[in-house]
Amino acid sequence: MSSPKVGDEVQLRVTPDRYVTVRYAGASGDFNPIHVDEEFAQQVGLPGRILHGLWSMAQVARALEPLTGGDPSALRSLSVSFRGMGRLEQEIVVSGAVTDLQDGVASVRLDAVQGATKLIKGAIATVRAD
Amino acid sequence: MPLPSDRIGKRYPPLLYAVGREKVREYAQAVGETNPLHLDLEAAHGAGHADLVAPPMFAVVYCSGAFMGALFDPELEIDFAHLVHGSQRFEWGPLVIAGDEITTVLEFKDTALRAGLRFDTFQSVSVNQRGETVSVGTWTNIIRGDQ
Repeated sequence: MSSPKVGDEVQLRVTPDRYVTVRYAGASGDFNPIHVDEEFAQQVGLPGRILHGLWSMAQVARALEPLTGGDPSALRSLSVSFRGMGRLEQEIVVSGAVTDLQDGVASVRLDAVQGATKLIKGAIATVRAD
Repeated sequence: MPLPSDRIGKRYPPLLYAVGREKVREYAQAVGETNPLHLDLEAAHGAGHADLVAPPMFAVVYCSGAFMGALFDPELEIDFAHLVHGSQRFEWGPLVIAGDEITTVLEFKDTALRAGLRFDTFQSVSVNQRGETVSVGTWTNIIRGDQ
């Protein structure tokens, strides 16, 4: 699926493991304790450590790979709004579909959900469609 | 809630980030990338790249120093205890390859009050060593008032 068409669908399922926020904190430099310190997270009223929003956005970007044919330069833009808080050790499903194709650029609309929680709603990506 | 409206348009000093091969690999592994262009030097070479290819979302890594500089700017009076990331947009130019040197300029674009929430918007413009714009980011933070 290297040349996207309107209606093409993508889906990515990923379950963040118990330590993913620790690795992502190191990789990204975002050490906000709500992501890495269970006690701190609970003290500020969260159910526990939560995922970094930008990690979840990276999953949306990864979900687009079937449409880019594995060429990262084909992803031209990605725009997301963060909604619910992502939790560890619960499966996330990213799903999307090509909604428009114009001048060699496909627009893709995606959501990321975890159980009943919408993490990212109505993300819009543009992908080069050669 | 006070708004730093008089700081709209403030630009922060350019920040240089040198993209390291192992940092690209570390980031790719942390987000679960499986595309070998981000992980396997031979695959990257085979596809005609000089080194590992940074995933597009690696933009958050080379922008983070510039972004943190603005977040900690006392003139913006950001209340970290009530800060959440509202939305994010990136537009990408040419790929970023390990070995590149990326310079990012951050600008405070807007601050507004909506339904008791303060919305701050920043724009990052990142340019590589050849002067090509590799990404433009729009970062929106939401700051809740005291509750």
